[in-house]
Amino acid sequence: MTTLLILAVLVLVAIAIWQMTKIFELSQIKAVDSQIANDTDNKYNGYLLFAFLVFIYGITIFSFWKYSKMLLPEAASAHGAEYDNLMLVSMAIIFFVQTITQALLHYFGYKYRGEEGKKALFYADNDRLEFIWTIIPVVVLAGLILWGLYTWTNIMDINDEDDPIVVELYAQQFNWTARYAGADNVLGGANVRMIDIDKANILGLDESDSYAMDDIIVKELHLPVGRKVNFKMRSQDVLHSAYMPHFRAQMNCVPGMTTQFSFTPTITTADMRNDADVMAKVERTNKIRAKKAAAGVENSDPWEFDYILLCNKICGKSHYNMQMKIIVEEEEEYNKWLAEQQTFSQSMVSVQ
Amino acid sequence: MSATAHAHIEDHADDHGHHHKETFVTKYIFSQDHKMISKQYLITGLIMGFIGIAMSLMFRMQLAWPGQSFPIFEALLGDWAPNGVMDADIYLALVTIHGTIMVFFVLTAGLSGTFSNLLIPLQIGARDMASGFLNMVSYWLFFLSSVIMICSLFVEAGPASAGWTIYPPLSALPMAQSGSGMGMTLWLVSMAIFIASSLLGSLNYIVTVINLRTKGMSMTRLPLTIWAFFITAIIGVVSFPVLLSAALLLIMDRSFGTSFFLSDIFIQGEVLHYQGGSPVLYEHLFWFLGHPEVYIVLLPALGITSEVMSTNARKPIFGYRAMIASIIAIAFLSTIVWGHHMFISGMNPFLGSVFTFTTLLIAIPSAVKAFNYITTLWKGNLQLNPAMLFSIGLVSTFITGGLTGIILGDSTLDINVHDTYFVVAHFHLVMGISALYGLFAGVYHWFPKMFEGKMMNKNLGYVHFWITAICAYGVFFPMHFVGMAGVPRRYYENTAFPMFDELTDVQVLMTVFALIAGLAQLVFLGNFIYSMFYGKKGPLNPWKSNTLEWTAPQEHIHGNWPGAIPHVHRWAYDYSKTDVDGEYIIPGQDFIPQSTPLHDNEEEENH
Repeated sequence: MTTLLILAVLVLVAIAIWQMTKIFELSQIKAVDSQIANDTDNKYNGYLLFAFLVFIYGITIFSFWKYSKMLLPEAASAHGAEYDNLMLVSMAIIFFVQTITQALLHYFGYKYRGEEGKKALFYADNDRLEFIWTIIPVVVLAGLILWGLYTWTNIMDINDEDDPIVVELYAQQFNWTARYAGADNVLGGANVRMIDIDKANILGLDESDSYAMDDIIVKELHLPVGRKVNFKMRSQDVLHSAYMPHFRAQMNCVPGMTTQFSFTPTITTADMRNDADVMAKVERTNKIRAKKAAAGVENSDPWEFDYILLCNKICGKSHYNMQMKIIVEEEEEYNKWLAEQQTFSQSMVSVQ
Repeated sequence: MSATAHAHIEDHADDHGHHHKETFVTKYIFSQDHKMISKQYLITGLIMGFIGIAMSLMFRMQLAWPGQSFPIFEALLGDWAPNGVMDADIYLALVTIHGTIMVFFVLTAGLSGTFSNLLIPLQIGARDMASGFLNMVSYWLFFLSSVIMICSLFVEAGPASAGWTIYPPLSALPMAQSGSGMGMTLWLVSMAIFIASSLLGSLNYIVTVINLRTKGMSMTRLPLTIWAFFITAIIGVVSFPVLLSAALLLIMDRSFGTSFFLSDIFIQGEVLHYQGGSPVLYEHLFWFLGHPEVYIVLLPALGITSEVMSTNARKPIFGYRAMIASIIAIAFLSTIVWGHHMFISGMNPFLGSVFTFTTLLIAIPSAVKAFNYITTLWKGNLQLNPAMLFSIGLVSTFITGGLTGIILGDSTLDINVHDTYFVVAHFHLVMGISALYGLFAGVYHWFPKMFEGKMMNKNLGYVHFWITAICAYGVFFPMHFVGMAGVPRRYYENTAFPMFDELTDVQVLMTVFALIAGLAQLVFLGNFIYSMFYGKKGPLNPWKSNTLEWTAPQEHIHGNWPGAIPHVHRWAYDYSKTDVDGEYIIPGQDFIPQSTPLHDNEEEENH
């Protein structure tokens, strides 16, 4: 059936092309067998250029109308709001320029389409015009650069002010592990050379380091709302990238070095689930999933919104399924959860 | 140097009566004639392009209909698509080889190689390249590297599949990925040869442009095509050797146990001995070429557009000097912006600030170019030939794709769209589609020059352009939204994340557009092959162009011009120039070829 459909489409496309060629050919009034554009070609293609402008606007409007609701919800981190503002302003500038320049380009293409005997204007230079359109981008970009750099410096200034909790994100093919610094809030030393699978020391923690003993190793990331988190990223094999889109946060994990990123979560998972946009998205998604489940597709259970950590640097065969759930909760819930977890020394003991 | 070269060429002009005896081998295979070499580049490039595009269609089908069985997958991928379902490893391999082929083999060699070879001697008034032999070697090295790249597709464990940027350690360790074995070795060998080819070609272009210009052809009378090829060759010479060093060090790490890029690795239950290297070093080396590479691809396309647009608008290109200044500024800046690919690689954030600054600066010369193109159209008498349409299309996608660069070049905004489909949409529009349009514009425009006066069918050209133009936007405009929804690139399927479920519809839309666009390229292919053999001969100067190549006879002869080389008396853009009374300088003719001396009391444009 599919093959038949594809064949039918192919045939139809072929016929369409053949007919279009014929129309173009029939439209040549003088029937001169020349492959150089004549007035008729200029006329039709001029009109088409105008139609193409309408198409560009059309696909822009269509995409916004259909797809903008699918974008990420409101930022769930303190710096995320600033990020979203900068994005909004940059996008506004971009769309303003895009709308105007595409209009000029295609309208000129239509308006000045060639005609036999028409004289083009010999117009080779105008210093003032060129000055204007050099200086305008300079000014606009200077503004964007300054704002962007200011924000960037703030985001990337990772320090110990405001009593941050320290969490290590540990990447390997093809899963994530998180390590909390524990009661002393200092991560114990670690290196892949100290990995000892038999003793369940999967992150290569230094067993002689007292800071390591209270570290807590988990497979689900819990964060207290409103508390700054300093992430330290490590990888044991290839490059990975810790991507937390809802928090506007991303940093590569590089074998041989520790990278870092810091943010303060501002919206709990529970609150985000009650966000109007998120609820609408979940509803739409679950409709799709229900349809899939009815068709017998696996893994089509209804979805409940969760923050997520994805791998965003090609890392091998299962790169597409390297994820960890992130739960943002009130401080008490977080403390309660943390207290239930085993420390490194406990998990070591339990093996022995 | 220049004087001796000229003397030599004048000599050559005199004894032109006798022809070297050409055998089939010296004429069609080991030819040292720049016109034949340019055709060899073009046809090799088009074949590679066909393979590259076919690959993209296959992985687009996988993205739209994840995990579905297609008989075509089974037919083409064999064991990599058991029961017609594409395997995750081969998905990554297709993505990798698609990128490699399109960037290097099609848009670097196929575009710049073809038109630099064809146009540099013909437009500057030279008998041939400075070294015909090096030119031949350059092509055959390119051919060899193409063959090796194609061979790597048939390796048992699969071709290279670490992404076209082949970041180590993934690309360095065969146990990390099946494609990092023999497939990656062949990839590296192929690229090393490719770099040698590119360097030989570039050096030849530079020397030719500097030394072999005909009398009167000052640098400020050069057509913008030549300026673009010239500057492109320079950035190629500056940056390609750095990629070679990255490739060599990676080969050492892979095969000789060195630790340039590797350190502290635990994989498949054992610790490897590597210590002290850094993958970030590789990223710096790679992008030191990788970013200029974008402009190596794009500048020739912009040069072609300048020439085609001016000719077909019957107007001088607006702001000739500003265009040259922009080309030089872009080329210079392109070598100091590479870090914007690495904002979140773990390098010092302060470096990120510096690269944001330089990156956003590059928007300024780019904006100047875009505005100058638009002004060139204003009050023109536009001859909408297929080449002209592709040039207008190029400006359109260059603007659309360039603008999103302002988002990505900003280190802050890059955090959340880095490595998502937003990036894919951005660079496909600004360098992929734009450069392809430049290639097509060049082929339609200079086809008569390549194939002895034969012309391509314009109606098929129109069909080709309009379908391609609509589909290109149809694929890449919605793709920005997929990226802003947070979908990472290089995911075999997005079904592991329910938050991406509703985006499958967008993927289907994009794939349908891509498939139609792929079919439209068959129209081009058919037109190209048919016209090559049965195309109707047009006039000597079909587009009524000013540049020197149209004064050379249609028949290809060794040395390009049968008699003396024409001298140049004016710049290349005297279209629709009028005297004080508003009449054309040459009555009844709206163009004045460069070889026409200045008329009495005609003022030379001082550009």
